[in-house]
Amino acid sequence: MTGLLLSIKQAFSQINRNKAMSIASFFSIAAIMLVLGVFFIIVVNINNLSEGVKRDFDEIQVYLLDDVEKAQINQISDTINGMAGVTKSRYLSKAQALQEWKTKWGDNAGLLDSLKENPLPNSIIITIENLESASEIVTKVRVMEGVEKVNYSQDTVDKLLRVTNFIQIGALIVIVFLIIISILVLSNTIKLTVVAREREITIMRYVGATNWYIRGPFLLEGMFIGFISALVSAGLVSAFYHFIVNEFGMNFVLILSTGFVSQKFLITNLLIIFLSLGISIGACGSIISMRRFLAR
Amino acid sequence: MIEYIDVSKSYENNVGVEDVNVRIEDGEFVFLVGPSGAGKSTFVKLLLKLLDADKGEILYKGYDVTRLKPRQVPQHRRSMGIVFQDFSLLPKKTVYENIAFAMEIVGKRKRTVHRHVPQILELVGLAGEARKYPHQISIGEQQRIAVARAIVNSPDVLIADEPTGNLDPETGWEIMRLLEQINKRGTTVIMVTHSREIVNTMNKRVIAIKDGKIVRDEAEGSYRITSDDDPLAGLMGGRSPDEGAFRI
Repeated sequence: MTGLLLSIKQAFSQINRNKAMSIASFFSIAAIMLVLGVFFIIVVNINNLSEGVKRDFDEIQVYLLDDVEKAQINQISDTINGMAGVTKSRYLSKAQALQEWKTKWGDNAGLLDSLKENPLPNSIIITIENLESASEIVTKVRVMEGVEKVNYSQDTVDKLLRVTNFIQIGALIVIVFLIIISILVLSNTIKLTVVAREREITIMRYVGATNWYIRGPFLLEGMFIGFISALVSAGLVSAFYHFIVNEFGMNFVLILSTGFVSQKFLITNLLIIFLSLGISIGACGSIISMRRFLAR
Repeated sequence: MIEYIDVSKSYENNVGVEDVNVRIEDGEFVFLVGPSGAGKSTFVKLLLKLLDADKGEILYKGYDVTRLKPRQVPQHRRSMGIVFQDFSLLPKKTVYENIAFAMEIVGKRKRTVHRHVPQILELVGLAGEARKYPHQISIGEQQRIAVARAIVNSPDVLIADEPTGNLDPETGWEIMRLLEQINKRGTTVIMVTHSREIVNTMNKRVIAIKDGKIVRDEAEGSYRITSDDDPLAGLMGGRSPDEGAFRI
């Protein structure tokens, strides 16, 4: 316990003695983390978007010919339910389909009243387990008797998912790259404080101090700088996200049918991730910078 | 008891020590003499495990120092005290803190530190200087503080690397009396030195090293490297400027 208190005391006096360098690394790391935060927002939202797409496209619409008998419809349903990859299916009659349209159109539903006859077909809506099994199911159902048309926009989904995958991987690479840079920045700062105390460290080693005893204050110093940088940048990124959501949130929903990830969810996670990341960056930075001095 | 068995250590360009066989009993006072670069520093660095031997064993307290694992090294070093030629005091710490620091490192309680440091200061005759900084006391006093730091954790072995090298003869003798006093309390003292006068007056065991080999080992020796050595060699007196004594 005494050792820990001593380390904390020393860590703060080191930061104080190296004010300029500590502040410089705080700014560098906070700046890197800001960029990191923006990428984080992008990745999380794209993830959300692609989940949304998957959710919207987990249904296959099977349009039935008008003259298909009830018994045959049941038979078709049973066959579909028996297929691998099908979660469930439900029958939607012409009348029900029209009703759903009316609900969807809301205030404009009156326009549908002018229709002389219901143009919508009877249909079966298949819910699939995953998008990968979709094309197989579509192929099978399409050739079944009584089926007029199978509606599933495979290509669009594929393209969209490919683009989101690409963006996610790209952003992850950038994030890893930024993390490495911030570790290097911090390890350089710590190295300066280590050099300033090299003599003391050598004496400590000769007297028989353990490596962890020597490392302690430097580790805390790095973790503290990392922590503060993370806190400040997480705050700024959260404010930025708050602004974006308030300003453009509605437009986004209208265009893509999926909204932004909720602020509370994103900010909480951002804070947790950033604080652990900042502290880890600080710890890694100081361990790296001390390796040479504790080689023996 | 310290025993070197066939110990060799070479560097890229020169020999450190070669096939060294020597035994130092508990409580002995040993001078390590020899020309610059002869291997004296390598000899003590191997004992402190600051260097790894290429071959051989160094037995100490029943274990082989050369086989210590990294995590065992701090404990090993705690049983030894070291005094450097340049004192190696921390300039921003007071006399008291410089000594207390060595105790804190090994995890001694604050109360123990408070009780023990004044006693040690008393022993080295500097009881009144506790609050001063190293630059406020004389060089001889600084070296005594360095000795105090080295013995504060009651080591079994005290290694002094040219402790009198930077001191005028009179102050040098003060330090020697202190080391002798410590030795009388049962601590083994191994002292690396270039001072012919000190070695010849003290009448202690002398181990002479030349080109990495032990060339002479006498119970009550004098400052000669070998029997046919140039008698002028000893006139270097204090120390030669290129000495490889391990400073920090």
